[in-house]
Amino acid sequence: MQTSLDKEVLDRVTYLTGSADITEDLLSAPAMIPFDNDIIEFLNDVSREIMNDPRGRAYSDVITFGFWIRKSSIIKLKEKYEIKDDAFHMGKGIVFHIAPSNVPVNFAYSLVSGLLYGNANIVRVPSKDFPQVTILVDAFNNALEQHPNMKSYVICARYNRDKEINDLFSSISDVRIVWGGDKTIEELRKSPLPPRSGEITFADRYSIAVIDADSYLCIEDKKRVAEDFYNDTFFSDQNACTSPRIIVWTGKQIEAAKKEFWEAEHDLVERKYSFQPIQGVNKLTQCFIASTALESIKIIPHKDNLIVRIAVSEISDTLMDYRDNSGFFYEFDCEDIRLIKPICNDKRCQTIAYIGDKKTIIPLLQAGVKGIDRVVPMGKTMNFDLIWDGYNLPYQLTRSVVLE
Amino acid sequence: MTFDEIMSIPPYSLNEKEKTKLLTKRLSELTKHHAKACPEYQRMLNSIGFDIESIESYKELPFLPVRLFKELVLKSIPQEDIVKTMTSSGTTGQAVSKIYLDRNTSANQQKTMVKIVQEFTGSARMPMIIIDCPNVVKNRAMFSARGAGILGFSIFGAKKIYALDDEMRLDVGALKSFLEENKGQKILLFGFTFMIWQHFYKELLRLKEEGITFDLSDGVLIHGGGWKKLISEAVSHDEFHKRLEDICGLKDIHDYYGMVEQTGCIYMECECGHLHASNFSDVIIRRPIDFSEAAIGETGIIQVVSTIPESYPGHSLLTEDEGEILGVDDCPCGRKGKYFKINGRLKNAEIRGCSDTYADKFR
Repeated sequence: MQTSLDKEVLDRVTYLTGSADITEDLLSAPAMIPFDNDIIEFLNDVSREIMNDPRGRAYSDVITFGFWIRKSSIIKLKEKYEIKDDAFHMGKGIVFHIAPSNVPVNFAYSLVSGLLYGNANIVRVPSKDFPQVTILVDAFNNALEQHPNMKSYVICARYNRDKEINDLFSSISDVRIVWGGDKTIEELRKSPLPPRSGEITFADRYSIAVIDADSYLCIEDKKRVAEDFYNDTFFSDQNACTSPRIIVWTGKQIEAAKKEFWEAEHDLVERKYSFQPIQGVNKLTQCFIASTALESIKIIPHKDNLIVRIAVSEISDTLMDYRDNSGFFYEFDCEDIRLIKPICNDKRCQTIAYIGDKKTIIPLLQAGVKGIDRVVPMGKTMNFDLIWDGYNLPYQLTRSVVLE
Repeated sequence: MTFDEIMSIPPYSLNEKEKTKLLTKRLSELTKHHAKACPEYQRMLNSIGFDIESIESYKELPFLPVRLFKELVLKSIPQEDIVKTMTSSGTTGQAVSKIYLDRNTSANQQKTMVKIVQEFTGSARMPMIIIDCPNVVKNRAMFSARGAGILGFSIFGAKKIYALDDEMRLDVGALKSFLEENKGQKILLFGFTFMIWQHFYKELLRLKEEGITFDLSDGVLIHGGGWKKLISEAVSHDEFHKRLEDICGLKDIHDYYGMVEQTGCIYMECECGHLHASNFSDVIIRRPIDFSEAAIGETGIIQVVSTIPESYPGHSLLTEDEGEILGVDDCPCGRKGKYFKINGRLKNAEIRGCSDTYADKFR
């Protein structure tokens, strides 16, 4: 077993939690039992630190994370996701996380997933200096002072692209979790993993929404729906893997529903979204590129550049090559849910956000689509869960010791 | 309306009303022409349900974002009619615009530029100093914006030298003897703003300390390419002018704004420091939020229209530059038409999302 690491490489890293020495301690840190009390107490203290930090109040993503790791919330997670079989479960060992560069709090969710299942963690945090990262890291550090035994389980590192550092951390990891999409995965694959180690990769993906027009029209609180849709799309510049890019309309009163839906959404976006001039140019560019490549599309007249919609008369399997973000939607009036199979058959297709009855989606799944890993109500696409993007993290992050 | 008809009118003579009439006629005709000749353009017009018969002014014509010329092949001529393909200057690995020219459009670009520039330099050809290296125009197959600019302006030179060698060093000897030979004559200097600053001005400054000076007080300098790099060195427009005058007596200095996608229709800076639109083209400032026309003095995204392009559908383009109209028909320099200023490029979007961001989409 490896007992020391290349000091020169370790020193090129900026440690937001831990240090080069503590990183070496990682090698000898014992694997823990999933949902160990020490872990739960530690996270509860991190939560308290976050909630007591006045800087956090401005960031809903920080607060949401703070709530997620409270003791009561973790206990619920434990009930739902504790592995219940005859085997004995324990952490795999060391998990090396590469967080996406442009989502501030994602690193913390990844870290907690690794920790909850008893692993020691090295997390590469975004190189960009998000205030959210500072707030969270400060909370972790304060809690670590009260829980010194957890120190070698929580290493948050910051470094610029550096293959030697990736090589080093990969060489000691039992699981590598790579966020950040195809290009980042490609970069990390250049750093070998030990033979028995595994990898979880979050590749470039996209999502769609299915709205039953009649169900939508029956909903009383249309403003709430607009908020939900905003959170699924504009909140992340419609550029998260979970953000719907195509809106599929089913039901009888599609035109009436569209009118209300988009008017309510526009009102909200106008108030809430900070629009950047280049986004209007980008969306117009993408509209025209799409018009040359896709058959008979219609750019729906819009009063401004906040929401740009393109009506398509069929769902082709190349449609998502022409996706854009920041309020750029394809729309399809759908008579039979199976008509959207070409797009859902793509493995890049991740989430269906729905309004209406989720059972109506099932015929699509039964048609044997190769994409689609989540079908969730509108407004919940970003809610992190331990089964995520088609991976069952509880199993991927633990070892099952057979006891007969 | 043919382009020759527009050519017969002095470039800065039309007032707003006359010019609107002319542009509406010519640009509507170009829109119809390209819709017929370029299938991709036709599909774009169809996608927005554009009806040419419904418009009253050229301001209602659709505009194509310039980036489309990087992503798509857009031309209104058969392959065999292409005589030149112009490309924008991009750094290695980045997509460049490709602009396809036939004999006619290429010739009209040249003629237009002559018409415009002569309004500032007079019609006689002059000895010319190109403040760049000869290498930049050697590859004739692909014209970069820098090369195209140099070749375009070279027609104003009776005889010419390149002031820099291929390592971008000032050729002091050649410059000295060229100025000797052409003593007493008006000299044309041309180059890109940053090159002039970096490789010409700074070198003259260094030479002065060694006691070597040049007198260019009879020169006229035309420069373009934008201020981005100079702004990062904290050199303002006025500073640029003052320093050049101090070092070599150069006073007659004109910036220009132009782009490879609409070569020929350049916007020259007048004696009052304003960029001017000629009869051949126009700028319309668009509000980013809805692309409506901005008021005079209001900053927005620059749309450019040009009466030249027949070989590619580039007669109405949305740039990624920001600017504002300063006035129309009333510049103290006496030229009619709009005058304006450029504020720089639009900022790249800062987009959230799970995939790590790469800037390859942008120049």
